[in-house]
Amino acid sequence: MSAQPDLLYSEEEEALRAAVRDLLADHCDAPGVIARTESDAPHDLAAWKALSDGMGLAGLLVPESLGGQGATHREVAVVLEELGRAVAPVPYLTSAVVATEALLALGDEELLGRLASGRSIGALAVGLHTAPGAAVQAVHVEGGLLQGELSGIADAAAADVLLVPADDGGLYAVDASAVTITPQVSLDLTRPLATLTFADAPGRRLGDAEPAVRRGLRAGAGLLASEQLGLAEWALTETVRYLKERKQFNRPVGGFQAIKHRLAQLWLEVVNLRAVARGAADALASGEDADLAVAVAQAYAAGVAVHAAEEALQLHAGIGMTWEHPIHLYLKRAKADSIAYGSAGAHRTAVAELVDLRAP
Amino acid sequence: MTIDAAELQRRTAELLAAHPPATTDRLDFLKARFDAGLAWVHYPQGLGGLGAPRSLQVVVDAELEAAGAPDNDPRRIGIGLGMAAPTILKYGTEEQKQRFLRPLWVGEEVWCQLFSEPGAGSDLAALGTRAVRESGGDWVVNGQKVWTSSAHVARWAILIARTDPDLPKHAGITYFLCDMTDPGVEVRPLRQVTGEAEFNEVFLTDVRIPDAHRLGEVGDGWRVAQTTLNNERVAIGGMRLPREGGMIGPVSGTWRERPELRTHDLHQRLLKLWVEAEVARLTAERLRQQLVAGQPGPEGAGMKLAFARLNQEISGLEVELLGAEGLLYDDWTMRRPELVDFTGREAGYRYLRSKGNSIEGGTSEVLLNIVAERVLGLPSEPRTDKDVAWKDLAR
Repeated sequence: MSAQPDLLYSEEEEALRAAVRDLLADHCDAPGVIARTESDAPHDLAAWKALSDGMGLAGLLVPESLGGQGATHREVAVVLEELGRAVAPVPYLTSAVVATEALLALGDEELLGRLASGRSIGALAVGLHTAPGAAVQAVHVEGGLLQGELSGIADAAAADVLLVPADDGGLYAVDASAVTITPQVSLDLTRPLATLTFADAPGRRLGDAEPAVRRGLRAGAGLLASEQLGLAEWALTETVRYLKERKQFNRPVGGFQAIKHRLAQLWLEVVNLRAVARGAADALASGEDADLAVAVAQAYAAGVAVHAAEEALQLHAGIGMTWEHPIHLYLKRAKADSIAYGSAGAHRTAVAELVDLRAP
Repeated sequence: MTIDAAELQRRTAELLAAHPPATTDRLDFLKARFDAGLAWVHYPQGLGGLGAPRSLQVVVDAELEAAGAPDNDPRRIGIGLGMAAPTILKYGTEEQKQRFLRPLWVGEEVWCQLFSEPGAGSDLAALGTRAVRESGGDWVVNGQKVWTSSAHVARWAILIARTDPDLPKHAGITYFLCDMTDPGVEVRPLRQVTGEAEFNEVFLTDVRIPDAHRLGEVGDGWRVAQTTLNNERVAIGGMRLPREGGMIGPVSGTWRERPELRTHDLHQRLLKLWVEAEVARLTAERLRQQLVAGQPGPEGAGMKLAFARLNQEISGLEVELLGAEGLLYDDWTMRRPELVDFTGREAGYRYLRSKGNSIEGGTSEVLLNIVAERVLGLPSEPRTDKDVAWKDLAR
């Protein structure tokens, strides 16, 4: 067995967290996010610009020589915790993690530089539900022109460049302006999906799709656990705060033992989720044991995030059911996250292979 | 001088040079280690420590382990190490500390804990064992204690008893150190669901305890006992488990070796528990790293809850996996073991013994209250017994 992963946060990581949290407090308040989901432009591009231009966070995974920050998945995980806590509608996971990792596998310096600076937003044109290593849909390619349709592509509406698997086994870079992007009505309004229609769309072949897609999805799945951690922490903290104030039967509701036990149980799950999300981020950064660390994290994280959001709704009771209270944003994100980059069941199947616990 | 990791390594090397483990008697080595201040480095000088940060103990332990030095069998003396020692250190007189800590740490004297009673488990402050002071100054103790691990091998006990029934229940309690060899102390095995008697009932009949063996002030026993109980619960925090190091190990091994036992239903349940065991291992590892970094968090409060539930679910699955063999049991002989040994027995034993994991050291329900109140800051339970004299409480 390899050395133990480093599961703590460094001082630098805590400083990064504080900076991102400040920025999101200014840019991403809940009423603003709710209003934006009802508009034609669900993405908060001002927040994206502040994160990428202002703080250089889109390039955390990209080497400095290519215009990035040369940081690791550990720092990205901290950013995602805060984005999850704010349920921020920015294409960070899809562009700065999944598309960027796919390009890192292929070494395309020009595109990496554009994504790292945040000047361009990238999206991997693979359905959001796809687990690392699963089969992906491809479009037909002939003479560098792409034909066909792909659906369930997260954050495509905000993307400038699409990374598209084609039926010759290649991954193609396609300018978003050459593709018809039709928004789908999505469960998660803060990470909307779209259908892409290719009709003689010109593409540039970057290299083999399979290893690049696998790498992108693995990093996406592993770091999604940190987004789920931030989301679950928000739900727990906000619910505890509310139940200390809210009174019924002349007592704070948080003083009833049935409620206390549920919140204590949820706290235990969040503590576990923090350890396993840190484990996945550290394993992705070091490359040690990463397949298993990611599969374990995703086999566990979705359940906690969904449970946290569902408990928050139930324990806020009537107010939790309303559109004006932000809990629904978290519930929708948590439920969508439970499918994104592979369900818990898909990741448990991966665990079974990796640790030799085979099915009958 | 400040004691840092390098200084501890130097002193450990000195100890090893003066007392080579290969040629030194086990007990002599442990005594020398205690006298060098390398037993528990955060204890004061002269009492087995050097006043160093507690987190640096791992440095000494790693060096000694690498050198093949004997340890003090911490599981066997766990109650003394985890409960009696920190309480004696905090509340003991100089004479008490000098008398008790060294034989406790080296394992010459085993300790047990006389707290729980048939009517006072989770509501420990309801206890009714009486200690009455005689004119000569000695105390005379009468009562019954229960669930007492190691009482049959213990030389000493920490004991709480009621010294003033006219006060409310938390106020009239005093803390004592009880000699288990005294006349009037009777230990009876208490047979458990497993068939074993790992713990005992202890009957105290006119047991005389000199006032010099009182720990803390008369009537201050509840506050003293809090030190004991808080230390009981942190004990789980420092351990380092390998992957599949807990109960998931044997059941995973059986799954791999015996394909004929596999079913789809069991596969789904096994995988879920395997993942949860790995997650709990990472949480324990993160807690350990926090302690080493000097940033202890409240996470330890949850570890006992998590391991209790996992042990019960995994061992339950293991019995089912074994099918026809799961209908059998390895041995119902009534034994009185010194230690709980999950791995030395078979699946049925693990299933039955793990039922105690959510009861011993505080029930899971009480621990959930503690997490809710102390970690999340939620209001405490309503109290109807607060200002009532103990003797007037309904029983």
